[in-house]
Amino acid sequence: MSGTDRGRPATGRVQRTRHPHNSRNFRNSRNPRLTRTEARNARAAAAFVLPFLALFLLCFVAPIGYAVHQSLHRTERTGPLGLGGQEREVFAGLANYAHALADDRFLTGFGRVLLFGVVQIPLMIALATALALLLESASARGIPFFRSAFFLPYGVPGVIASILWGFLYVPGISPLVEIAGSLGLHVDFLARDTVLWSIANIVTWQFTGYNMLVLISQLKAVPDELYEAARIDGANAWHLARHIKIPLIRPALVLTTVFSIIGTLQLFAEPMVLRPLAATIDSGFTPNLHAYSEAFVSNNQHIAAAEAVLLALVACVLSFGFLRLVGQRGDGSGR
Amino acid sequence: MSRAAGRDASGHDASGHDASAARDASVRPSGSPARPARRSTRAAATRPPLRYRIITASLLTVAALYFLTPVYWLTVSATKNSADLFGTFGFWFAHPRPLEHLRDVLTYDHGIYVRWFTNSLLYAGVGALAATLLSAAAGYALAKFPFPGREAVFNLVLAGVLIPGTALALPLYFLFSTMGLANTYWAVLLPSIVSPFGVYLCRIYAAAAVPDALLEAARIDGAGEARIFAGLGLRLMTPALVTVFLFQFVHIWNNYFLPLVMLADSDLYPIQLGLTSWTGYADRRPELYQYTVGGAFLSVLPLMVLMTVLQRYWRTGLTEGSVKA
Repeated sequence: MSGTDRGRPATGRVQRTRHPHNSRNFRNSRNPRLTRTEARNARAAAAFVLPFLALFLLCFVAPIGYAVHQSLHRTERTGPLGLGGQEREVFAGLANYAHALADDRFLTGFGRVLLFGVVQIPLMIALATALALLLESASARGIPFFRSAFFLPYGVPGVIASILWGFLYVPGISPLVEIAGSLGLHVDFLARDTVLWSIANIVTWQFTGYNMLVLISQLKAVPDELYEAARIDGANAWHLARHIKIPLIRPALVLTTVFSIIGTLQLFAEPMVLRPLAATIDSGFTPNLHAYSEAFVSNNQHIAAAEAVLLALVACVLSFGFLRLVGQRGDGSGR
Repeated sequence: MSRAAGRDASGHDASGHDASAARDASVRPSGSPARPARRSTRAAATRPPLRYRIITASLLTVAALYFLTPVYWLTVSATKNSADLFGTFGFWFAHPRPLEHLRDVLTYDHGIYVRWFTNSLLYAGVGALAATLLSAAAGYALAKFPFPGREAVFNLVLAGVLIPGTALALPLYFLFSTMGLANTYWAVLLPSIVSPFGVYLCRIYAAAAVPDALLEAARIDGAGEARIFAGLGLRLMTPALVTVFLFQFVHIWNNYFLPLVMLADSDLYPIQLGLTSWTGYADRRPELYQYTVGGAFLSVLPLMVLMTVLQRYWRTGLTEGSVKA
């Protein structure tokens, strides 16, 4: 039974027990040596951290700085009618942000991914939790097979998954539509009202197994004695799951939810790939798609930069907001 | 099988009755001589009632069908030509000629698919390897050296974990095009080498798995910091490093937005980008449908093997991230 295997690696539960200074305490009596050690430490640390830090600055900090700069400027052309001639950048204040926020399609896109997140994330996390609990329950057989089967779609890139499901959605090629048709059902996965949920299905298919694995690893980190004690107290599988396992994997649930929120806001590959198949997906279907088409179709870098900044801001607000929300509830109730 | 029969059979092989026996056991005062009941409690722990096992197995099977059906469809369809793709039932074979079709995929347009595949391997392989080394060094230093500004650096890394990657990709493109880096291998490789999550994981792991006393001993023996890191640190951190490598490999392999905005030259494309360029032309050249499906099938294989074979590393590593978060 996997729930009680004692041979699992203990790496998950190793705590940071040693204070970094403890091991050097014996040197406190010899001061000059200590400062020399400290200088040596700082030099070594710099050598270890700098390569990462330099690239981090180039690929994370600088682009954000540049995007903020771009978003606050606009291009002005000096030629007649604003065409041709010399280009120069002038300060635009918040005009680009105002433009982006006044754009109905950009806002609709935001609304769409928020709706998507509100429905898809809870469903996916619930499914992942259910599968994790089932696989970790005493009743499960064939665990390695099922775990691999559920996890497999995580190895399928979003683009490939969308191409794949696209073929399963299009009437005329999809065996699913064909089967439904032979049962007398008319299904259209790509209609105006359904296409968002068809995309939600692709995302759920891809990431449920991954989230399940995160939850399973936290379940395995729970001391077996706890389950044993509860079982001796007469808890059945349901009680065990509801009152012991789910509260204990809360940190993992929070983690997977936050990563799902961030992922949902970035929704891009799936609608991009399905666009040729579904006329209802326009260039403003998601905020990311909108920013992309501002940059490459409308050729308006400054608006695109403003939209990218807004997207990052909303992602931060939502993930930190969620962390605070669950944090407060954790403090408030003693259950 | 009657209820009484289940009781008589010492509780070990009873199916639906273990649960009730266990319930009985819990009602009894703990000091009472209830040996048989205790035995059956243990039996209940190792073998739950049959109907639970049936329900669990059915639910797991339904879920497996959901997750495996598209993969099955892809496998079947990779053996079909474009006409059969549209004309025959999707969940069954029709004139399967898998090798011929896969050869067509590989040779189409002077073997452009092989080129894309190599590019993907290059981006993901080199990128993940470099990312792992940089993360290991940074995480090791953050865990083991009390230097000024350490917490500031770590907080910066944590913020990096929460920044959505695609929100960065557009600004990164604007920046790289001013630097002349856009539409080069570097445009995709450089951002792939930075993994804040990897640094986070490595720091936590190094703090727990690399003992200070060992480092001190090595220092007293006269080993330089670089040698201690390479000889001791990296070896002790191996499980975390495998996880970081896998994570980053899959992340880069699956990344679509960054190469899409960065690359214009189709010789630099990774597979994903190449395949979407094929679907874009498929209206005019129907055989491209077949190549897209075949190419998708081929591209999925390496990652699936990697994930199935190295699954246990995913587990241990993810524990690290989730328990501490």
